[in-house]
Amino acid sequence: MQYMLLIYTAEGSGPQPGTDEFGPFMKGYVDFTERVKQEGKFVAGDALQPVVTATTVAVRSGKTDTMDGPFAETKEQLGGYYLLDCEDLDDAVKYAAMIPSAEHGRIEVRPVMVWDD
Amino acid sequence: MLPPAALERAINRTVREQWGRILASLVKSVGDLQLAEDSLQDAVVSAMSHWQTNGLPDSPAAWLLTAARRKAIDRLRRDRSFASRQDEIAYLAELENQAHNDEADVIPDKRLEMIFTCCHPALAEKTRVALTLRTLGGLTTEEIAHAFLDKPDAMAQRLVRAKRKISLAGIPYKIPDAEVLPERIASVLSVIYLIFNEGYAATAGDRLTRTDLIEEAIRLARIVRQLMPDDTEVGGLLALMLLHDARRIARTGKHGELVPLEKQNRARWDKAKIAEGAAILEQVLPRQRPGPYQLQAAISALHAQSPSWQATDWPQIEALYQLLYAIQPSPVIRINQAVVVSYARSPETALAMLDEAASGGSLDAYQPYFAARADVLARAGRTQEAKQCLATAIDLSDNTLEKTFLSDKAASL
Repeated sequence: MQYMLLIYTAEGSGPQPGTDEFGPFMKGYVDFTERVKQEGKFVAGDALQPVVTATTVAVRSGKTDTMDGPFAETKEQLGGYYLLDCEDLDDAVKYAAMIPSAEHGRIEVRPVMVWDD
Repeated sequence: MLPPAALERAINRTVREQWGRILASLVKSVGDLQLAEDSLQDAVVSAMSHWQTNGLPDSPAAWLLTAARRKAIDRLRRDRSFASRQDEIAYLAELENQAHNDEADVIPDKRLEMIFTCCHPALAEKTRVALTLRTLGGLTTEEIAHAFLDKPDAMAQRLVRAKRKISLAGIPYKIPDAEVLPERIASVLSVIYLIFNEGYAATAGDRLTRTDLIEEAIRLARIVRQLMPDDTEVGGLLALMLLHDARRIARTGKHGELVPLEKQNRARWDKAKIAEGAAILEQVLPRQRPGPYQLQAAISALHAQSPSWQATDWPQIEALYQLLYAIQPSPVIRINQAVVVSYARSPETALAMLDEAASGGSLDAYQPYFAARADVLARAGRTQEAKQCLATAIDLSDNTLEKTFLSDKAASL
C-alpha cells in the first residue's frame, strides 16, 4: 500500500540554517531517504520551497483566479513529503516517526487511493 | 423441533458468547471487518430458520462460521469488482471444502489480533471503546448506543466510519511488532478500563446496562489475559477490576446513595471476587514488573483484605502510592495519596501535599480535589473551611448521587 507522508512544520521552528544543529538535522534527512530507498519503501519524496513562494489557483465560472499565498493561512504549513510503499499503517507510522521534522512538526499519514479497474 | 423461545435463547447465547471468536476468525479469512460482520449477521439470520427445522447443530459456533464464509462468498460474487476478488473467493471456497471435525481447528483464535485492531491509536478513543464492544463483546449497536446515551444512528455511523478507516488506511490485523507492543497493550488495557469505569462510575444510563459493561470489561480482560499470560499489567488490570467490582453492592445504600469505603458493610463484599483478584496479584507481583494497574490493584487488595476500616494498613498503602506516583505523576494520584497520608501520618501533612498539588491552579475546577480537601480539613478540626470546600465540590459536581453524598456530609459536620 502506498502512503503519503505529509510534513507540516511552522516555518522558523526546528533547526535553522547557520546554526550548529542544522547540519545534523539535514544529515538526518539524507540518512532517512537513504534508508527508505535501501528498504525498498521509497517511491518519491521532495522538500518544498517556503510558503512565501506559494500561489493558489481556483477556477470559478470559467475564470481562473490566481492568488498569492497558501490556500489556508495556518501556523503549520506543508513543507515536504515522502511517498512510501508500506506494508500497513503500522509500517507507515514507523517511518513517519523517523522523519527528522516529526520532532518539532507533525507528519500526516494518508493512504493513496487505489482505483478498481 | 425446538420451541421458538428456547431456540431464540440458544441462538442469542451462542451469538453473544462466540461472536468475537467467530468474527475474528472470519476477518482473518475475508480480510475486511465490515464484510465479515455483515456475513456473520446473515449467518445468524439463516441459523434462525435452519435450526428451527433441523434442531441445534453439534457445534453452533462452527456452523455459524461455515455459513458466514458462504455468505461472504455470495457477497463477494455480487460485488461489482467481482473479477478483482477471484483470489479471495478461491481462498474462501478452499476453506469451506476442508473437512472439519474439531471446533478448535475450525475456529482459530484470532481475537487478540482483532482487539489490537479495534484499539488502534489511529482511531478516536470513543470509537475504540465502541468497536471493541461491538466486535469482541458482540453487543449490538443499539446496546452500545444505549450505554453511552448516544442515538443508535450516530453510533452506527461511528462504527461504519471506523470500519472504513481500518480498511482504507490499512490498519493491520495482527499482533504489533515488539518495538511498539508495550504502548499498544497499554491502549488495549485503557479501552477495557474505560468500559469498566463507564459501568462503574454510573454517570448515566440505567443500572442494567451499567452492570453489563462491568461484566463485559472483566470478560474482555480475562480473554486478553488468557491470550497474553506473560504480561503482568494485563493481570493487574483484571485483578483491579475484580477487586473494585467485589465492593459494588456495598457501595450503594438502600436509597441508591453512595456509601464511602469507611462506612461500607464489609460482609457484603464479594469474597470470591476478592480471592480471585488477590490470587492473580500473587502471580504477577513477584515478577517484579510493576505498573499502574498492578499497583492500584495491590492498594485495592489491601483494603479488600482488611477486616475493618480501623485495621487498614495505611503505611503499606502509602508506600504503594509513592511507587504509583513515581510511575504516573498525575494530580489525581497525588490527591488520593494525600488522603492516605492523612491517615498514615497526619491531616496537616496531607494538607501541605494538597496545597502543593493545587498551587499551579490546574485543580481549580476539579471536584475530587475539593471533596478530598474537605475530608482532610474536617478531620483536622477545621470545620468551617471543610464546609466551604464541600460547597465548592457540590457546585462542581454534575452527578446527583454525588451531590447528595456531599450535601449529607456537609450537614453532618
